[in-house]
Amino acid sequence: MSENSEQAEKANFIVRLWRRLMRPAVTVSLLTVLGGGFAAGIVFWGGFNWAMEITNTETFCISCHEMEQNAFREYKETIHYNNRTGVRATCPDCHVPKEWVHKVVRKVRATNELYHKAVGSISTREKFEAKRIQLAANVWRSMKQTDSRECRNCHNFEYMDFTRQETRASRRHAEAAAEGKTCIDCHIGVAHDLPDEAFKAYQKVVEELSR
Amino acid sequence: MKPGMTLGIAAAALLGAALGLQHTAQAQSSEVLSLRGFTEIPQTNAPPDVKKQNTDAGRFSRAYRQQPPLIPHRIDHYQIDLRVNKCLQCHDWPHNVQENAPKISETHYTNREGIALDHVARNRWFCTQCHVPQANARALVDNEFKSAVELE
Repeated sequence: MSENSEQAEKANFIVRLWRRLMRPAVTVSLLTVLGGGFAAGIVFWGGFNWAMEITNTETFCISCHEMEQNAFREYKETIHYNNRTGVRATCPDCHVPKEWVHKVVRKVRATNELYHKAVGSISTREKFEAKRIQLAANVWRSMKQTDSRECRNCHNFEYMDFTRQETRASRRHAEAAAEGKTCIDCHIGVAHDLPDEAFKAYQKVVEELSR
Repeated sequence: MKPGMTLGIAAAALLGAALGLQHTAQAQSSEVLSLRGFTEIPQTNAPPDVKKQNTDAGRFSRAYRQQPPLIPHRIDHYQIDLRVNKCLQCHDWPHNVQENAPKISETHYTNREGIALDHVARNRWFCTQCHVPQANARALVDNEFKSAVELE
């Protein structure tokens, strides 16, 4: 009996709150309502983007041992981490799109990664190695689909001076530009170790996408 | 014998042994060299001079028939391990056709039992054991080396 009345009271409270919200504000000025809304907007929108940027740092990525002990350690040996000019890319530079819409889509899809973190899909080196080919193929697939969009944030055929490249590189880049190839077509494994049978697996990804 | 005297003899013996040990240690260190050379443990040895690798001077021809061809491009950070051989991405058939790269010699597809395989034999897997990037470098010591062609 008392439970019922409690529920009724709660429902009543919600109804009353809703009515109150729907009623025009009488005691506060329109300016207060607008100003308050504006300020709250800044706080919420800013807070949202701020929180998203926090998840968009290398420190955040390697706060999980799965990334730090596998992907990041091998990455430290490569040209994008250690090179002659000292310019370097961090995880999100290559793995998170820069454009806002694509970025949010990627961030939403990353919830799947949270699930796998919780389940522990790649919690040991052995599990990571077993899944490496699948994980690599996921990245290749998205790179191929977006025409290596994240690479092109920094590398662009239009600004590439072929004459300053090694003979082989300049010849192959000119060919690639003419044939409409994308970066990942040749540069698989540029920042992480490749799994066994990687080249065949890449061909499979390409065939799968061209179907 | 007084106990004091015994102590004195013991101390002298210990000192002698310690000196002897030090001598043998020094003798050994002058004979056996670690990779550190003569650098003592607390010191840091001087890093070797960094040489710029310039592989980009056209393709060098072989100096003799059996010479493994030199690599006319840089191969920094190319992964060659148990899992993957990055060289094969272009030089293995059929990729070499598409990539317009020299094909790996067929001898590399035959294993030590003489059985022809469809992939590079494991005893030929590590390219850099024989093939190295070419470099237009000065000879380290004067020598009279002539290529087989020059000798004829």
